[in-house]
Amino acid sequence: MAEERRQKQCSVVLPTESMKAMAESVGVGQLQEDSCVALSEEVSYRIKEIAQDALKFMHHGKRRKLTTSDIDNALKLKNVEPLYGFQSQEFIPFRFASGGGRELHFYEEKEVDLSDIINTPLPRVPLDVSLKASKEQQKTESTEPLKVVKPGQEEKGTIQGKGQSTTTPDGKGKEKGLIRLKPRSTHELSVEQQLYYKEITEACVGSCEAKRAEALQSIATDPGLYQMLPRFSTFISEGVRVNVVQNNLALLIYLMRMVKALMDNPTLYLEKYLHELIPAVVTCIVSKQLCLRPDVDNHWALRDFAARLMAQSCKTFSTTTNNIQSRVTKTLTKSLFDDKTQWTTRYGCIAGLAELGADVIKTLILPRLTVEGARIKAVMEGPVVSNIDKIGAEHVQTLLLKHCASVIAKIRPQPDNVEQYRAEYGYLGPMLCSHVVKARTQATLQAQQVNRTTLTITQPRPTLSVSQSGLTGSGGPRTPSIIKVPSSLTLMSPRPGTPSQPSPPATKYIVMGTSAGAASTQQVITLSSSQSASPVTSTVPSATSTLQPLVKLESGGTPGLTASRPLQKYIVVSLPSSASSSLEPKSSVLPTSISSASLDGGIKLERSESPGVSTQSPH
Amino acid sequence: MNFKKAGLDSCPLTLGSTDQSEGSILRSRWFPFFNFAHAQFIFKMAAVQGGMVDAKDELDIKSEPPSDGFGNSNANDGRLLSSSPGAGTGGTATGNNKPAPGPPEEQQTLLAVLQFLKKSKLAESAEILRREAGLPEDALDPKGTDASGSGPGLAAGSGQVDGVDASSLLSRVTVSSSAAAQAPKKAAAGEDQPDVSVVLSAYSQQGDPSLYDAYYSGLKRFIESVLDCHRAELSQLFYPLFVHMYLELVYNNNESVAKAFFEKFSGDQECYYEQDLRILSSLTKKEHMKGNETLLDFRTSKFVLRISRDSYQLLKRHLQERQNNQIWNIIQEHLYIDIFDGMPRSKSQIDAMSGSLAGEARREANKAKVFYGLLKEPEIELPLDDEDEEAENEEGKPKKKKPKKDSMGSKSKKQDPNAPLQTRIPLPELKDSDKLDKIMYMKESTKRIRLGSDNLPSICFYTFLNAYQGLTAVDVTDDSSLIAGGFADSTVRVWSVTPKKLRKVKSAADLNLIDKESDDVLERIMDEKTASELKILYGHSGPVYGISFSPDRNYLLSSSEDGTIRLWSLQTFTCLVGYKGHNYPVWDTQFSPYGYYFVSGGHDRVARLWATDHYQPLRIFAGHLADITCTRFHPNSNYVATGSSDRTIRLWDVLNGNCVRIFTGHKGPIHALAFSPNGKFLASGATDGRVLLWDIGHGLMVGELKGHTDTIYSLRFSRDGEILASGSMDNTVRLWDAMKAFDDLETDDFTAATGHIHLQDNSQELLLGTYMTKSTPVLHLHFTRRNLLLAAGAYNP
Repeated sequence: MAEERRQKQCSVVLPTESMKAMAESVGVGQLQEDSCVALSEEVSYRIKEIAQDALKFMHHGKRRKLTTSDIDNALKLKNVEPLYGFQSQEFIPFRFASGGGRELHFYEEKEVDLSDIINTPLPRVPLDVSLKASKEQQKTESTEPLKVVKPGQEEKGTIQGKGQSTTTPDGKGKEKGLIRLKPRSTHELSVEQQLYYKEITEACVGSCEAKRAEALQSIATDPGLYQMLPRFSTFISEGVRVNVVQNNLALLIYLMRMVKALMDNPTLYLEKYLHELIPAVVTCIVSKQLCLRPDVDNHWALRDFAARLMAQSCKTFSTTTNNIQSRVTKTLTKSLFDDKTQWTTRYGCIAGLAELGADVIKTLILPRLTVEGARIKAVMEGPVVSNIDKIGAEHVQTLLLKHCASVIAKIRPQPDNVEQYRAEYGYLGPMLCSHVVKARTQATLQAQQVNRTTLTITQPRPTLSVSQSGLTGSGGPRTPSIIKVPSSLTLMSPRPGTPSQPSPPATKYIVMGTSAGAASTQQVITLSSSQSASPVTSTVPSATSTLQPLVKLESGGTPGLTASRPLQKYIVVSLPSSASSSLEPKSSVLPTSISSASLDGGIKLERSESPGVSTQSPH
Repeated sequence: MNFKKAGLDSCPLTLGSTDQSEGSILRSRWFPFFNFAHAQFIFKMAAVQGGMVDAKDELDIKSEPPSDGFGNSNANDGRLLSSSPGAGTGGTATGNNKPAPGPPEEQQTLLAVLQFLKKSKLAESAEILRREAGLPEDALDPKGTDASGSGPGLAAGSGQVDGVDASSLLSRVTVSSSAAAQAPKKAAAGEDQPDVSVVLSAYSQQGDPSLYDAYYSGLKRFIESVLDCHRAELSQLFYPLFVHMYLELVYNNNESVAKAFFEKFSGDQECYYEQDLRILSSLTKKEHMKGNETLLDFRTSKFVLRISRDSYQLLKRHLQERQNNQIWNIIQEHLYIDIFDGMPRSKSQIDAMSGSLAGEARREANKAKVFYGLLKEPEIELPLDDEDEEAENEEGKPKKKKPKKDSMGSKSKKQDPNAPLQTRIPLPELKDSDKLDKIMYMKESTKRIRLGSDNLPSICFYTFLNAYQGLTAVDVTDDSSLIAGGFADSTVRVWSVTPKKLRKVKSAADLNLIDKESDDVLERIMDEKTASELKILYGHSGPVYGISFSPDRNYLLSSSEDGTIRLWSLQTFTCLVGYKGHNYPVWDTQFSPYGYYFVSGGHDRVARLWATDHYQPLRIFAGHLADITCTRFHPNSNYVATGSSDRTIRLWDVLNGNCVRIFTGHKGPIHALAFSPNGKFLASGATDGRVLLWDIGHGLMVGELKGHTDTIYSLRFSRDGEILASGSMDNTVRLWDAMKAFDDLETDDFTAATGHIHLQDNSQELLLGTYMTKSTPVLHLHFTRRNLLLAAGAYNP
């Protein structure tokens, strides 16, 4: 084979016709045949010579592809003026033409109107060179190298590959400065990575808060996680799917915190996994029921938290192509506009929209204020109403006031007239008015205080010990444990950070306090209800039972500590032991239907009122 | 540079007549070579023809090497450089008469008559005349006159006489050969283009072109029929013979015959010559031979073969029997046969060493003593510990007195017998900052991970993203705090890879304002406003092919296609000096491990040694037959290794500029070199994807590491020398067990004496790991002081 090639090398010479054509192109006609032969041999030789020199430049340029600049440099080496203007990134299309018994290949040069070039907008500036470090082999105590690859095995191609391969396939994910790649196939994890994965996931959903903090910290900072990213993403998505069905609020919160940690990690690129993560997050925002006792558990905090995650990912990953933000907005708006939407979902929709920013609030929420106000009014002032609905309505009201006030403060001219507000916003008008006034006065002060991410996830928190959950069987009331929650974690705080520990699902007593100092003054009221037969589920807004196994206690609390929030609520709930069983028949309907559907539909199922949740996937 | 070249080749007499202008074109660099080579072959011819009748020829041949071929046998420093033109001129004036002081006129006349007789086919008369005149036999030999060329005529005749003279006075080799060079030189001077034609005149008509085929196949048949043990050795002849026969045919305008010849026999050649054959194949006209560098390499340097005495005798007998003068001529003129006593070498032994553009290295070339030991670490004993503590105190965390570091202590205690004198070359004095850095270095090295085959290093890969303009060179500082990239768009970019940002020194006006007495003056002079992770250095006008940080991290060198080397300050991030000297692309540059000196090598085939405060080179290392592609300083700074496109590695002595080692064996241009930390070994990587290991002291190849599938662009030993890491265009980093590779050596005396190595093929055992990137060629490797391996390359979508 080599011989053939060499023989070819020896004999390849430009055809004499080319010489003639070239001669004509410079105005020399009637070239003698002999001259053509001589010329073609000479030209062929010189071209080969230049090509050899150009190869040298290619080698030193550490490339495999010969470029026009190599040729230029080779010409310069020979003291020949380089050919200017032949730089081209793409393949140069030679055209073929025949006629008059002649066949020609030529390079078509179009005439370009300079004014066109001048008038076209400038193209995007190409990204600057950047340096990216990736650790190939994590040295651990073990002496065995982590990732020795047998030749041919592609796995380790991910030295820097994984990070890049996770960019959006359309190459638009330019804000990260990355390069488009084909999607990758399977990634095998080394034994140590598997161990790490197991440890991390167990810690994240386990009972030990200190461990969890550590694990989340690791997720948020470790630079070598890209290989495990697909697994984490699946873990989260599956976890949400299962735990929404089981209404396991605690686990949902843990999973959302994992999402947050993943997003915080600057070395991870989540674009490729948004199709798993976003539906999970949206589920946590709008799901009709997130906990076993919607009336008492603070699933609102989870919704807030998830809504912020949603907003963050929209901000980071939304592009003109994947349209994450508009798709999310559309979905949320649709269920918000739906009359049948439950308060929980409504709350989620509003929270999700509100987090997307002032513009979204202005265009989508403010016009709805009247409608929502009327709806709230109906619940609050209406005659007989489900307690759960009432709580929902209250939360929605607080949420609307909180988010809208600041926006209105910005867009409305100064004199805040209550009547005007009432005329414009209906039921919520007066309250809005006072909030706006407050917002205006505190604008300067609070501007600096509003800090979206006040929470450090590493902070170990007092926990509701999960071990209590094992005691569900005992019907007797236990001494309620008073949990001190750091004030920064106030469940009702305007911007809750990471939601606090919820009660373990089966714990019967839930006490939520807002300040440590208040603990001693809190009153714990237990009420054993015998009217457990009444169906108590948050999913039935029309429940009209008059006797709720729920006691709400509102008190001024400890004004010194909660000065900023005069209306401090302590909610002490006791559910009768039979209540849970009485819930069974009612709620079991949902789980069964879910379990059948959960195979494919995933998150959507239990939430027929929140359409589009599962259609969020950006890809 | 021209006369420099000539000076190196021990031919001062030719100097005056060569083109001395610094900016002369590439071709002219070879003037002296041509002349010289011509003289050489005439001389050689005479010598050997004597040898054909008596068996003295091998001696003759072997006695020559000191005078030709590998350069730098003369003193080769700046002084010679400046003085040579004058000396050359003087030589020219007297040169012509010198060689044959006795009866030159008469002898020349007689020779002219002889020639005339022969031309007229009056053989008998010629014979009689010869006998009566008492001229030596060679004048009779028809080849003799042919070889002297039809062109030069009388002058060539005088050359012959010189040759005869020389053959009888072997002790005067240098003088006579250089003198002999004058004759053809003068003859050539009459012509317009003396350079090529003088050299090529060797290719004047020597026989029927149609017989070349028969000659070659005859030899082929013979070699194929000899005993196996000789066959491998004699097969070495094929390639050089083929090349020269082809060139002769081309030169004599037998284009079609040449083409047929090429097609018929090119397939027989070893595959590693393919690149040269390709160049050869494009060369089909006499006109092409002018200015073709590869051709000139063939012509001006003798192809060196090493053949055992037995095999050589066999060959000689065969050629004598067959009266195959054509081939014999070529062997005598263009080949240098290095004959050794002992067993003929096997095919694998030969293959291991061959492949370079000009055959193997002569044994003599690698005989010089090389001081490969390390220099004593200066003043790091007691004062260092004190400073160490001071440094600790400054940091506000005083420590107990640490036990003295063993490694450093022992190193400084005993002087390595193989180490050069501390003052062999002047080295810059240590500054305070250098001492601090040394302390840091020692601190770090105590935390160093001991690597080994069961304890491989972690690898951190720095990927250059969006490097669409083409990353061409990378370097990392010794303390791994900075990384610099040279790009094809002429820029040099420096990144800080630690949280410490890069800051410029304040402007002169601002500097006036600061308190020079304050303790933190070094901190105060920096301009916080300029802090950034990346600084871009503009100044070159072509792709930046070489880049090197100074050991103290104050300077950065970059070499570029534009022919300059630039020195940048990393304090002000501006260009300080542009070193001009190479007129062609400079492929590589590197700082000495002690700073101050640096070496560069480029397309003009010379490596230059510079000092940062001199705008002209201190040394010029000439001898490579093709581009110098990479340059490395020996850890003791006394030697410089250069790798070249001629597929050889040369080691140069910085002190006197001599070439002290020539390593052949690579089959492609060499793109990576690395010295082992103890200075004893050298590793080299080439486009053929192989890493070769060399014992510098013995001048031997000691290992071959196969595995890479593409050009190796980077090689690096771990800090303690246990692991060799290689990075390649094939997107892999491979780790090799260097300890094992060097431990397994059997360097007995015989091997050392003959240079015949038996390489066992144990690449797979030595390969400790292969790490693939996705699509990032590995351009640079670096071991941090704690033995973490850093790799760098540009992502290549």
